[in-house]
Amino acid sequence: MLTYFRNIGQGILTIVNSMAVASRHLFKPSVTLQYPKEKWAMPERSRMRLHNKVEDCIGCGQCARTCPTDCILVKTEKRGKEEPPVFAADGTAKKLRTYVFDIDMALCCYCGLCTFACPTQCLVMTGDYEYSVYSIDEHIYHFAKEKPLIPAGSKEQSPSKG
Amino acid sequence: MESIAQLLQKIPKYDGLPEMLQALIPIIVSSIVIFALLALAVLFMVWLERKVSAHIQDRLGPMVVGGWHGWAQTIADALKLLLKEDIVPESVDRVLFKMAPFIVFLGAFAAFVVLPFGASSFVTDLNIGILYIVAVSSLSVIGIIMAGWASNNKYSLYGSMRAAAQVISYEIPAAVAIMTVVIYVGSLSMVEIVRAQEGGFLNWFLFRNPFLFLAFIVYFIASLAEVNRTPFDLPEAESELVAGYHTEYSGMRFAFFFLAEYANMFLVSSVAATLFLGGWTAPFSILQFIPGPVVFFVKALVLIFIQMWMRWSLPRLRVDQLMYINWKVLLPISFALILGAGWMAIL
Ligand code: SF4
Ligand code: SF4
Repeated sequence: MLTYFRNIGQGILTIVNSMAVASRHLFKPSVTLQYPKEKWAMPERSRMRLHNKVEDCIGCGQCARTCPTDCILVKTEKRGKEEPPVFAADGTAKKLRTYVFDIDMALCCYCGLCTFACPTQCLVMTGDYEYSVYSIDEHIYHFAKEKPLIPAGSKEQSPSKG
Repeated sequence: MESIAQLLQKIPKYDGLPEMLQALIPIIVSSIVIFALLALAVLFMVWLERKVSAHIQDRLGPMVVGGWHGWAQTIADALKLLLKEDIVPESVDRVLFKMAPFIVFLGAFAAFVVLPFGASSFVTDLNIGILYIVAVSSLSVIGIIMAGWASNNKYSLYGSMRAAAQVISYEIPAAVAIMTVVIYVGSLSMVEIVRAQEGGFLNWFLFRNPFLFLAFIVYFIASLAEVNRTPFDLPEAESELVAGYHTEYSGMRFAFFFLAEYANMFLVSSVAATLFLGGWTAPFSILQFIPGPVVFFVKALVLIFIQMWMRWSLPRLRVDQLMYINWKVLLPISFALILGAGWMAIL
């Protein structure tokens, strides 16, 4: 008989306790982030979407060589002797014309090795992490701006493996 | 039906209609009004439940639809449910399967007829009001059994069997707790019960004497079990029974089960508010100016909030614990209470 009443008392105490805990949480500020409206500030140097400032790219192909997933494709050609010399922002001469510079972000594993390899530091990770697209082909980013001088079919200088 | 019938009288040429129509129209109009109010209240309650559950779990709940704190989310969801395809599985008992949600809803809906929302705003004042509510609200369990049986699904059947066992057993302590109030009022009419509690919150049966206070708690617990709310939501225990008796339902029929669940919640809260919290009467005489229905809804909402609060803080009971609480705890206590309350009434 005594255990019976003790059980009832314990039950009531448990209910009161758990409801007190619940009510404390009711008035706590919520931890939800209203995502599309509010965003986390990403930590500095976090690895997200790649960007190539192609004006500074000397077309050396180090990035393509170091990439473990082979997702960078660089195609270059020599600039002609008579062309005016072009320089990257840090003064390195751009002896090669980069006419293809494609990164397949769908393949990229965000290791960041390419950005370390880049001698002119033009290939960087940006803070942008919202770049979903409807077709996987749109994940191949074409950075190159210049057109090749040598007509198609002639000898290509491609350091790329891809 | 008084107030609605009176309003209808003001329509020109209303008296010229045939007798039959004159008797029928007030019934139809009042059921439409109650249905509309009920649907609105349920939409609000579903929204509230999501908000309460979210904030108890340190979340925000719906925030986008409609702008301010996602107030239109449940409207969008209701529309979605109504527009969905009505799927009737191959091997169900079609007639019972299609009928069940409406019977479940009918049980809740019919009980609203005698609820006194205000001093003059009720559909009708039966002299056996509370008895009628107890009787009619057990109709929904028949619908639940129909749903479970007709679904031809073991989980549905388990759920409805549990519902039957649970609702029928918890009806006894609930009815006995109601009887303690009836001892004091000497009438089963809902309006009379509220009239007996007029004049400030000290006259409410909740604060009259300790026996009635305990009777309120017994009624509250038993009513939670009757409407299958957590911690007594065994009939639809998601973790064991998929969704219990409404596993096979979708679209509009599911919406009716949902509507019935929340309508039942509202019903038991309103009954508790009427019996123990003074119905439409204001707690203080300075608050007398507030219209009765508003006071009534606030009281019912407070009780609904407590139901939600309990739901999101307590885990579900086991079947044997459920039966233990009813037969070994609530029932003896409620019998002791009725004796005590009767003794106090004689004194
Ligand atoms: S981050 Fe890694 S995987 Fe991605 S492109 Fe650079 S080297 Fe390749
Ligand atoms: S390593 Fe840098 S400079 Fe060299 S090809 Fe890649 S992006 Fe251009």
